[in-house]
Amino acid sequence: MKNRLLAAFAALWISLPLAAQITIEVDRGYDNPKKIAVVPFGVGPNVAGVENPSGIVSFDLARSGQFAPTPTENMLSLPTRPAEMLFRDWRVLGVEYVVIGRTEMDATGNLSVSYYLFDVLKEQQLSNEKFTAPPTSLRDMAHLVSDAVYEKLTGIQGAFSTRIMYVLARDLGTPAVKFKLEMADADGARPRTLLESREPILSATWSPDGKRIAYVSFERQKPSIILQEIATGTRTVLTDFPGLNSAPAFSPDGKTLALVLSRDGDPEIYTMNLATRELRRITRQRAIDTEPSWTPDGKSLIFTSDRGGKPQIYQVELATGLTQRLTFEGDYNARGRMLPDGKHLVCVHRRNGVFHIALMDLGRQRMTALTSTSLDESPSIAPNGTMLIYATQDRGRGILAVVSIDGTVKYRLPSSVGDVREPAWSPFLNRTRG
Amino acid sequence: MQRNWLRNLSVVAFAALVLAGCSSTGKKAAQTGPLPGDEQPEVTAPGQSDSEISRVDAEGNPINPQTGMPLSRVFYFDYDKAMLQPDSLAVLELHAVFLKNNSDRRVVIDGFTDERGTREYNLALGERRAESVATFLVSQGVRRSQIDVVSYGEERPADPGHSEAAWAKNRRAELVYR
Repeated sequence: MKNRLLAAFAALWISLPLAAQITIEVDRGYDNPKKIAVVPFGVGPNVAGVENPSGIVSFDLARSGQFAPTPTENMLSLPTRPAEMLFRDWRVLGVEYVVIGRTEMDATGNLSVSYYLFDVLKEQQLSNEKFTAPPTSLRDMAHLVSDAVYEKLTGIQGAFSTRIMYVLARDLGTPAVKFKLEMADADGARPRTLLESREPILSATWSPDGKRIAYVSFERQKPSIILQEIATGTRTVLTDFPGLNSAPAFSPDGKTLALVLSRDGDPEIYTMNLATRELRRITRQRAIDTEPSWTPDGKSLIFTSDRGGKPQIYQVELATGLTQRLTFEGDYNARGRMLPDGKHLVCVHRRNGVFHIALMDLGRQRMTALTSTSLDESPSIAPNGTMLIYATQDRGRGILAVVSIDGTVKYRLPSSVGDVREPAWSPFLNRTRG
Repeated sequence: MQRNWLRNLSVVAFAALVLAGCSSTGKKAAQTGPLPGDEQPEVTAPGQSDSEISRVDAEGNPINPQTGMPLSRVFYFDYDKAMLQPDSLAVLELHAVFLKNNSDRRVVIDGFTDERGTREYNLALGERRAESVATFLVSQGVRRSQIDVVSYGEERPADPGHSEAAWAKNRRAELVYR
């Protein structure tokens, strides 16, 4: 299993400078990854200077751990049109599915990417689609191909065309320290800076429509919560009370923000109606109450509290105030995030003094460690619930890594400089389709 | 009046509590009997006059009259704890005297944690550490309006390393005079 995947990556190495920087580890691996061949796409006349989408698609599918792409040099034929498909060329290789496609430039200067997905055993075309956009959107279109193929073959919506946000810190512990809030594709490509500051930035989070973000900034020499429109860069200070202003989290309908204020003497959870800016206090405990996040139905918040002496995760129903403790295993469970199914949560869990990302089955009250490195933190779940991104350390440097929700597949995102931390996986984003 | 008396009593009780079990300096301070409250009684550090304690360095930070050196402005904490360490108290008492003698001066107490644990929880823990210092200063008669508290959690380590030694340096509260 491991060898097969590594072989697949060796083949992609040369054509994918970005992908080459990502290390993929497969712990146990899926028992039966689907063997898929993504054939280099045909390149139409006038198409120049753009990457071949096949490398991007192949790499996306491989990162899910559910697919084992066939190296290009093993392919017996390189079809780019349905009429050129010879199924026996793929059967002899044991390939189950084949993706072919073309890129074409139209008269208006737009680039189109079309693909066809085939089932080799059934000798059948399963789907095809064509995306059109300016050539600068090549990667977006390639990720949409990945999403479509992934969904067709697994039944789960693909999340390859989503984005991630993270904080990049440079020169920590020196007067030159600098913090950047970055946004990139889910595979780490095309990073761009949303905010740069000499003061800390943390807790960046997405609105459910993916158009706005909220974060905590120390640019006023104290924490305040800022709302920023991604497209325009317009920023609004949401709260700037004395004490903590932290841990913003948008409700699933995007109308309310959960947050933490310590203006009453100790950190308490509040909700803010984003239209009226009206605040409502949710917790009343002489303890640390922080890290709120919403249950998928939007009716409850889960949060961290040390009201029992050590940090544990609690749930409060907003309508009734009814509060229950969710975690009992271990003496440090924090920053809980519920999976889209509402039946599991991921959190930072301390075991034998080491911090891991753990998955908790709420029904069975069982906690399973998903990561085995130390100082793992800030888990953020992909919108389709299959993977989560988290922060960890590699030789003393903060990096980002991704683990599948069953713990079997792990990979690290490349980072060239500084400490990378606090990843936030975007919701599904609506992109232009051709 | 009744309420003030009660409040003073509880502040004294707190001061006695933090001072209990600390070094010789602590005992002396306990004898002088800090009685904070509306009257703002003048508490003099043992052996020093008010004028001496008000000396500042070029940056406006108080100078320790005994040593002629700037008063230490960094105080360390145990892992996961926000309680003041006994050896912090003697220096904090001198800061309290300085602030009472210079009622126009303000101090910001920055709270910090090491990198272990989640960032938002650490932000709260850093605030709790800074508040411990603020509460002690107030128990020594400093007006709360002279004090601001800001927590940076784990975001501004003094030492960016990942060893026990680095973590010990990062679990701290810093006094920044304005």
